Parts: sequence; C-alpha cells; structure tokens
Amino acid sequence: MSDSNHDAELVMRLQAGDQAAYAQLVDEHASRIYRLALRMMGNEADAEDVLQETFLSAFKAMDRFEARSSLSTWLYRIASNAALMRLRRKEPDQVSVDEPMERDDGDLIPRQLFDFCCLPEEDLLRDEAREEMARAVDELPATLRSVFVLRDIEGLSTEETANALDLSISAVKSRLMRARLKLRERLSKYFSQGPVITETRHTE
Amino acid sequence: MSTHHHEHDHDACRRYLSSLSDYADGTLSDDLCRELEAHMATCENCRIVVNTLSKTISLYHQLPEPEMPNAVKERLYKVLNLDSYSAAPGDSDSA
Repeated sequence: MSDSNHDAELVMRLQAGDQAAYAQLVDEHASRIYRLALRMMGNEADAEDVLQETFLSAFKAMDRFEARSSLSTWLYRIASNAALMRLRRKEPDQVSVDEPMERDDGDLIPRQLFDFCCLPEEDLLRDEAREEMARAVDELPATLRSVFVLRDIEGLSTEETANALDLSISAVKSRLMRARLKLRERLSKYFSQGPVITETRHTE
Repeated sequence: MSTHHHEHDHDACRRYLSSLSDYADGTLSDDLCRELEAHMATCENCRIVVNTLSKTISLYHQLPEPEMPNAVKERLYKVLNLDSYSAAPGDSDSA
C-alpha cells in the first residue's frame, strides 16, 4: 500500500474514533517524533514533554486533519511548534519568530580550512566526535536547528521541511545553509585540534 | 594541510558562499554549478570548504538514531489513555 493510501485509510479510522487506529498512529510515529524532540530540546525530560504534547494535540485536532500533508509531516509540524514554543519560553531572546538576521552573514565566512575529509572514518565516527556533533547541533540557534534536524538528520525534503515548519522554500534553504556552514566550521575546528589527530601527529 | 586558520574572505569566494549548500545537495543551477567548479579549480580554500561541508552533512546522516526508551513509550500510552495497547507486538523487554 502506498504511503498516501495507508494514510487515507488510517485517517478514516482515526476520524471514526477507532481506538486501535490511535494506537497505530502512535506506534508508527512516536519514535521519530521523540528523536526530533530530543534533537530540538537537547534533553530527555523536555523531549518527553514535547512527545506527549504532540500526540495530545494531534488527537484533539484529528477531526480537522485535511490531508494537505502526510500524517508524518503533520505530526512533525505539531512537534516542531511545541518544541519551538517551549524553547521560546525558556530562552525568549534566542528564539525569534522572524528570519534569523541577515547581518550575521559575516559569521558565516569560513575561517577553519582544515581538510578533515582525509581523516580515517573510525576517527570521524568515534563516540567522542559524535558527542561533539550532537553538542554542535544543540548549540545552533533554535530556528536553524529545527531546519537542520528535519532536513539533514531526519531526511525530510526541502518541501516537507517547509511544510512542517510553515516556512517558505527559500527560508528553509537559507537557514539550512547557515546551519550547515556553522556546523562545518565547528567540526573543522574540532577535528583540527582534537585528540583524534594528536595521536597521528605525534605532537607532545 | 597547512592552510587552516587563514582568513578566507576573498570577494569571489564570498559570492559563492550562499551557493555551497545547494551545490552539496546537487540542486544548484547548471550555470552557477559550472561557474563554481571553474572557481574551485583554482581556489584550494573553496575546494576544502565544499569538501568539508559535504563531509559534515554525510557525517550527520550517519549519526545513530537515539532510541525511545520503553519507559517513555509506556508513559506516552498512559497519558493518551491507550494503556491497553502499550504492549505492542514485537516489543521485547530485554532490559
């Protein structure tokens, strides 16, 4: 069954109030929503709150679901909103509803030019490097983080990401570009200094 | 490899900065793509930025997906009044 047929059938059962259909919706989507929430919030307690809030809101709004997007994108949308609202309450200065300011373009100019592509995969993928990668995402501004997580970690298309975050395609592309350049900068710095290469360089 | 920490701020390179992300996705227009590739042929810095940008994206694609703990799942079903469905088939309580 194609995704859209699968969705259509499930939505029919959901809107008829079939409890098993509600359980199926949760079963099929909860892990993905939890992952998004965890990446957005950076800690398990907040991620769990966002997860619960997402499904509570979705259940309430199920009658109004019009299948303009897939169930999956719709749930991502509810979850992203819930996460951003929460972050806004926590760090009101950091999470602006508006576009990230164009004036920070200067920060995007690449300064780290260490070519870490040549490092062995085992160094790039070791636990410590992965922790640094996760921290780097946590420390992105929330408006960039939401786009990066959906697009590059969860693998949504540009259109799906735009739909989930209620942004234009060009806003998604611009935020994604900023997020990627910031992460590239940070990883370049990390890999150029990290213990990973001090071993092979034989310094000290 | 001795180039890191150099200021990479030439006008030409700057002009391409906003195209690099699309280039990494393979969605940059043909014209710009050719221009950027011609530029990269002579600019090592931009080559490094493009390579490390693509590598950054691919490293994130390979990041392991965090699992939702069973306890979180159980509490979710409870909050949603779906307790009776929470022992989903295929779930093993290995922990």
